[in-house]
Amino acid sequence: MTFRVVHYINQFYAGMGGEDTAHVAPSSREGVVGPGLQLQNLLEGEGEVVGTIICGDSYYGENMEKAQAECIEMIKAFEPDILIAGPGFNAGRYGVACGDICAAAGEQLGIPTVTALFAENPGVEMYQKKTFIVETTDSARGMRKALPNMVTLSLKLLKNEKLGPAKEEGYLSRGIRKGFFHEQTGAERAMDMLLKKIRGEEFETELEMPVFKKIKPAAPVKDLSKATIAICTSGGIVPFGNPDHIRVSSAEKYGKYNISELTDLTPENYESIHGGYDRVYANDNPDVVLPLDVMREMEKEGVFGKLHEFVYCTTGTGTAVANAESFGQSIGKDLKEAGVDAVILTAT
Amino acid sequence: MRLELHNATVKDVQWSEKTCLKDNVLYVNREEAIKVVAEDENFSDVQLDLARPGESVRIIPVKDAVEPRIKLEGGTSFFPGFCAPMEPVGEGATFVLKGACVLTCGPIVAFQEGFIDMSGPASPYNPFSGTNNVVIVAKPVEDLEKHAYEKSLREAGLKLSIYLADQCKETKADDVEVFDKGTILEENNQYPDLPKITYFCMSITQGLLHDTFLYGADMKHIVPTLVHPNEILDGAMVSGNCVSACDKNTTFHHVNDPIVLELYKRHGKEINFLGVIPTLESTVLAGKERSTWMNANLARQLGADGVVISEEGYGNPDTDLCMNAKKCEDWGIKTVVISDEAAGVDGSSQGLADATPEMTGFVSAGNVNEMIEVPAMEKIIGFPESIAFLSGGASDSLREDGSMYVELQSIIGSTNELGFSKLGCEWV
Repeated sequence: MTFRVVHYINQFYAGMGGEDTAHVAPSSREGVVGPGLQLQNLLEGEGEVVGTIICGDSYYGENMEKAQAECIEMIKAFEPDILIAGPGFNAGRYGVACGDICAAAGEQLGIPTVTALFAENPGVEMYQKKTFIVETTDSARGMRKALPNMVTLSLKLLKNEKLGPAKEEGYLSRGIRKGFFHEQTGAERAMDMLLKKIRGEEFETELEMPVFKKIKPAAPVKDLSKATIAICTSGGIVPFGNPDHIRVSSAEKYGKYNISELTDLTPENYESIHGGYDRVYANDNPDVVLPLDVMREMEKEGVFGKLHEFVYCTTGTGTAVANAESFGQSIGKDLKEAGVDAVILTAT
Repeated sequence: MRLELHNATVKDVQWSEKTCLKDNVLYVNREEAIKVVAEDENFSDVQLDLARPGESVRIIPVKDAVEPRIKLEGGTSFFPGFCAPMEPVGEGATFVLKGACVLTCGPIVAFQEGFIDMSGPASPYNPFSGTNNVVIVAKPVEDLEKHAYEKSLREAGLKLSIYLADQCKETKADDVEVFDKGTILEENNQYPDLPKITYFCMSITQGLLHDTFLYGADMKHIVPTLVHPNEILDGAMVSGNCVSACDKNTTFHHVNDPIVLELYKRHGKEINFLGVIPTLESTVLAGKERSTWMNANLARQLGADGVVISEEGYGNPDTDLCMNAKKCEDWGIKTVVISDEAAGVDGSSQGLADATPEMTGFVSAGNVNEMIEVPAMEKIIGFPESIAFLSGGASDSLREDGSMYVELQSIIGSTNELGFSKLGCEWV
């Protein structure tokens, strides 16, 4: 079987001119144009460039939605197995267009997509999670190296072959961590790395340190006696029987439970399902993790105005930060809409 | 300090009338072996089973793994403070049933046990798919408190492993490994120009079924200390914890600590191995500050140029890891850490609960959340439904046909942070 390849390029690589013609609207041609010829040769019969889509860089940049939709229609007409765009090297508008059309074709047509850009091209940061971007030099001088890498990666994707790490396959990572078996054990790798570090030699860490988002704290509550307070927990306290099937670890959701009729959490009404600590004591008295009893007493004493009628609960062990962040945003929005003034978060 | 490990290779395990090692086959008298464990009145029922590499067998849930060892010279029994008198270890000779392992299993102790498949796609992820295993399935008496059950099951594993080694110790070893290292002063004189390296072995010491023992001492009550590497290889540390299966250091891992072995291998050639600092993962900030200051200070007093730091568990202890790295680096002591990541099932989430810019040397032991599909096994030892409660499992993990779709987290030792395996994470 010969794979059907569609190639996306800009006006310059199509030989239509430079900046003067950057406003040309998308057009579609059968077969190869410009660098597509070399692509075709490198495919060595395994794939055929059935069509080329050409679009002016300024046209795409200034009418992104429209340009994308027009190009997608043209690509679709060729019934391709893959879209290859560029290489765009360090050309800003071209890089963004390559990234955008690849991301759109992947999403809308469900086909693999490959482009090639210089690491600092703005298109990389915008689209690297949505397509495969082969790393290139900053100028077209790198064409001879970029095209074979694009073809190799494209054929692997088309044949559904197992891919190695991004740096070995020559593309810029899509921001995903995946397990691989190395040649050495972790202990051996650690020792090699430490020796390099001590000798002042270059070494490569296996995980760059992440930078945490800084969340600005809300302003203090002005008058506690009138405030509505909510309680939330990542300590895995849920109504007995875990009605929402929240996972014991690596939670993918949270639960929202009405506690307006309750004054105390007991082994009969609530339980802990958390997979990260010994639940004996929390099951004996769930208030030790989600302090409903104390909150009710303080509410009665008038320390604060009112306890919010819902509690929000999840498990915070092994839970992906991305999930935790989305829980937080959703719970926060809910609380804000309900007019809650402050929230007490308990963790374990 | 000189320690000889007399390794007798075990290539198979079989039931027999007499417990012995013959032609590299470990023969076990089932009734006698059960008696060793069943004397504990906390157990209502004790069963033993065998599981060999390549078999279609799933063992679930597994709490600990213990390599059968016993002192031949320079000590009594094994595991001081548990089965041996309180005496120093690390000298003389120790008999090892290499290739055999005792696994402890039972109706769920808590929630952080794991499973082992003896074949199939899960088997490359842990060392115990490659060992000839004697599996204890011990049920607790009714209403037994969990901590008491954990202790009984922990000790059952130690006792059975010593029994097996004891019955076989007259057999001639296939090879003898020698671990010989003098005092720090002697080694410094001998290797004045080699970089001096120490190792912080961070251990789960959070209480509530998350404990590690050093010479029988519950480590959450100790301050970090220096031990000779031979002591680690000779049973000074025992796992008593029920942390997520993927990155708990079982007792097997401690006596086979790959960092100790790697440092030893390079001692006198590339490095001068100063010793091991078993240290804590406290649940409170003051505890974290205390132990990390003491670790860094010990390294400084020893004149260390570099430290390997291993983590146990993930999440909360990421903070101890950062503090250990930062304090050493601030004093000019180079560090490399070994840790796993919790990057989510799709690998796109940020994998650490804490980070510090000084942690520039990071060795990844894998993503605990990565999903794996494991087929049904012909035989199950233990309680397959417990996957619903194990970290890394869920109520829908076990399918009707017996196959499971689970996180790596639920496989014992899959992302071990002593760097036992070759698994690691890369960007894709």
